[in-house]
Amino acid sequence: MTVLSVPMAEAGPAGISRRTRVLRRLRRNPLAVVSFVVLALAAVVALLSPWIAPHDVQQTDFAHTFSPPGTPGHLLGTDDLGRDVLSRIMLGARASLLVALLAVATSLIIGVPLGLAAGYFRSWDAVISRFTDLLLAFPFLIMAVGLAAIRGASLTNAAVAIGIAQIPGVIRVVRSDTLRLKALDFVAAAVVDGASDLWVLAKHVLPNATSVILVQATVAIPAAILGEAVLSFLGLGIQPPAPSLGTMLASAQQFAARAPWAAVLPGVVIMGLALAFNVFGDALRDALDPKGDRR
Amino acid sequence: MTPQPNALELEDLVMHFGPVRAVDGITLTIPKGRVTALVGESGSGKSTVGRCVVRLEKPTAGVVRIAGTDVTQLTRRQLRQHRNDVSIVFQDPAGSLDPRMLVGEIVAEPLRLSGKRITRRDREARVAEELGRVGLRAEVARRYPHELSGGQRQRVSIARALISEPKLLIADEPTSALDVSVQASVLNLLADLQRDIGFACLFITHDLSAVEYLADDIAVMYLGQLVEQGPRERIFTRPAHPYTQALLAAAPVADPVRQRQRQPVLLGDDLPSALDPPSGCRFRTRCPLAFDRCAAEVPAQVAFGGGLAACHLVQPDGTRPDVRAAADSSEVLS
Amino acid sequence: MTTVERAAASSAAVGTPVLDVRDLSVSFTTEGGTVSAVDRVNLDLASGEIVGMVGESGCGKSVTAMSIAGLLPDSARVSGSVRLEGTELVGARESVLRRVRGKEIAYIFQEPMTSLNPVLTVGRQIGEVLQVHERMSKRAARARAVELLSLVGIPSAAKRVDNYPHQLSGGMRQRVMIAMAVACGPKVLVADEPTTALDVTVQAGILQVLRDLRDRLGTTILVITHDLGVIADIADRVVVMYAGRVVEQAPVTDLFAHPYHRYTAGLLAASPTPGKHAGTERLQEIPGLVPVLSIQPDACTFADRCPAADARCREAAPPLEAVGTAVTDHLAACWHPCPAPRTQPQETTA
Repeated sequence: MTVLSVPMAEAGPAGISRRTRVLRRLRRNPLAVVSFVVLALAAVVALLSPWIAPHDVQQTDFAHTFSPPGTPGHLLGTDDLGRDVLSRIMLGARASLLVALLAVATSLIIGVPLGLAAGYFRSWDAVISRFTDLLLAFPFLIMAVGLAAIRGASLTNAAVAIGIAQIPGVIRVVRSDTLRLKALDFVAAAVVDGASDLWVLAKHVLPNATSVILVQATVAIPAAILGEAVLSFLGLGIQPPAPSLGTMLASAQQFAARAPWAAVLPGVVIMGLALAFNVFGDALRDALDPKGDRR
Repeated sequence: MTPQPNALELEDLVMHFGPVRAVDGITLTIPKGRVTALVGESGSGKSTVGRCVVRLEKPTAGVVRIAGTDVTQLTRRQLRQHRNDVSIVFQDPAGSLDPRMLVGEIVAEPLRLSGKRITRRDREARVAEELGRVGLRAEVARRYPHELSGGQRQRVSIARALISEPKLLIADEPTSALDVSVQASVLNLLADLQRDIGFACLFITHDLSAVEYLADDIAVMYLGQLVEQGPRERIFTRPAHPYTQALLAAAPVADPVRQRQRQPVLLGDDLPSALDPPSGCRFRTRCPLAFDRCAAEVPAQVAFGGGLAACHLVQPDGTRPDVRAAADSSEVLS
Repeated sequence: MTTVERAAASSAAVGTPVLDVRDLSVSFTTEGGTVSAVDRVNLDLASGEIVGMVGESGCGKSVTAMSIAGLLPDSARVSGSVRLEGTELVGARESVLRRVRGKEIAYIFQEPMTSLNPVLTVGRQIGEVLQVHERMSKRAARARAVELLSLVGIPSAAKRVDNYPHQLSGGMRQRVMIAMAVACGPKVLVADEPTTALDVTVQAGILQVLRDLRDRLGTTILVITHDLGVIADIADRVVVMYAGRVVEQAPVTDLFAHPYHRYTAGLLAASPTPGKHAGTERLQEIPGLVPVLSIQPDACTFADRCPAADARCREAAPPLEAVGTAVTDHLAACWHPCPAPRTQPQETTA
């Protein structure tokens, strides 16, 4: 008999975890694979860029300013000061990704516990929700300007500003998932058996909320990359001459007519990274969707 | 006769959620080792009673006594000492097991929460033993819930509920989400376990036919109150309250000849809301026998056939109304 | 009893079937591979007949119902033929299906709440159906909506017509769904678990409404359910499905009096019925589970759970053939049908 799946414990090897299932689904989605490859490549390049970049990013060469892409020695050309665009993009991407990761880490470290608390404890919900509203009402750029004014413009401060701006999103997502999970019978069963709030949150709610947190993070990263570009473009983020994709855009602006590549290329990289993260985030969401099992 | 404490005593239990009067004065006793079925339809408050007993809800008023201990006013911390006395099995076999945990971890959780020091090895042995008792193989401990069928999941729930050897098991519609053939096996399992282990059980259900094999006593709830309670035998053969009669008459029997000979009892399907229950007898708006007194006066619980019934037409001498007689004269629909 | 007589009468007066399903097979493509949901199902519904289709979850009864008017998702592969008074529906163009759906074949689903639009009054929702399919004026549609609501047993229909779904009880909502379904006078009404979400005291009323529709309008009704009690109450003829196949088919009294297929017999024995068993008797179980099949094998798919199975059952699929006395139209697909008739139902007046 060609029995595809008997929904019995006898079927298949023991303990096919959710993780294996999700990974299998991701592997079958071509968009997920492509975006993952792009992201993995970007990560490797960014990580190794200080060693594999062909030129010193700060080294100016006034004899060879505005070399177009394809110039021997400068694959992607040079900018107004004769600096190698490829090297600057590699290190710029490194800075952008670093800011994005820092920002998202900040928002998760603060947002996840607050979201759990807001969803789980009724009495905390009102306070935390007002805090969320307050953050949402606060203009992100003004906060970044303020932070830069107080603590100086830097990579860390840009990351902190972006991270704070992303906290409300994390709180909302985690809170609503906590509310959903709290109402499920397995939480009730644990409570009946004498589990403390901490036990329930750590053993039942958080593990089951990881999927939405993961999806939220992958969607927040491209937003943070764009945020970094905006802040650096405005001079509130990474300070020149250190390269970042945002500062490159800003400085290439003036010469856009003479050397469009110096502006377009970092722009394309920003777009590509953001797109890859978004596509991967969507694929991840689909793969994690329990209903996706059906058909 | 040894004066043993009852497994469960509810005294005038009240649970209001804001203006919603989900449970409005329930008094019920389950002696040690007995099975009482709490029967009611959606909105009757039967599940809320169960949640009050295991203290998932803190009752608005009244007393919950488990194995002689008043647990109504205990804090969560104090309650922990008594958690082992009572367990619960829920309806939905998909939602009652944590999808991120292995079956073995799920079944062992009550042991870990009990605070007693048990080695990992002993714990695993206990889990295997418990799984065996509910008819599952020990290997199932290494599976995730989603790999099991609905019936198997419900067995896992039962194993988990019984591993702490409770004196009282609350079974909240444990078979309602299952297919007929699977339902039969879970009901049989519960009956066998109850006979072997001897725990008391509050079996909450909307389906009277499911409890005929299991229950010693039956209590019928309508809109937050008990309308009738008594020994199973008597409830099935001589139901006193019109609502109990209607419930029994409405459940179709799987026999076309008999089913089509039966006198249908059609109640209106406009259920009153628990926000604003009818005055007097709460069933009067759907009762084919209702008369003036039913609106004016709340019927008292009258001793009847070894139990109680709350209807003006029921007398302690055995007089009881018959809804079929009333249905006869007004059988017309629409 | 009148109903039993009627059952006999209508099965005797089988003319040309209103709906004729031939060799219907449905499979789905999923991540895990192909799943065969329905395998070569034959079914005909005679005019004015109430046919009950019964089986447990995964037996293919809902998929069969949905394929009747092309309500299946794109991932479904359908083969065979479904003819409504001669019009082929399998592979028909969407414009044809749209005309058929709602007007010729109507559906009632299990969940009356999710099938109604919460922001429109029930009168508007019924009216819309009439305006679309019957090109009625708004006023005429409303008047007809009131008529329909009283037809399905909603008291003070003229007032209820302006209610929103949330103002109605579950039973009332299901009645509204039925009113919408029969608004255009469909030839066939498919009711998929129409009472499963309802309380038992409400269920009786809904079944009564369905019976009334057949009696008054002559609607042909296909009731899909897992509940043998509902079948016993309402059906003239019963189709038992298991793992995508029809395993038994018979007039309702014949089926309950003498189930031939082992699965039907097991199902009957497993369902608790008040008063059928003594208080302490155990319910009969069917061991094992319904298999999920990728390819329908040439074997009896119930064999692994069957007490009477032997080598033959695993080597060849039993055909759906007439069983018992040749006079009845009782069909079963079993190599070893249950021999002795079950004890005749005792004529007790409970």
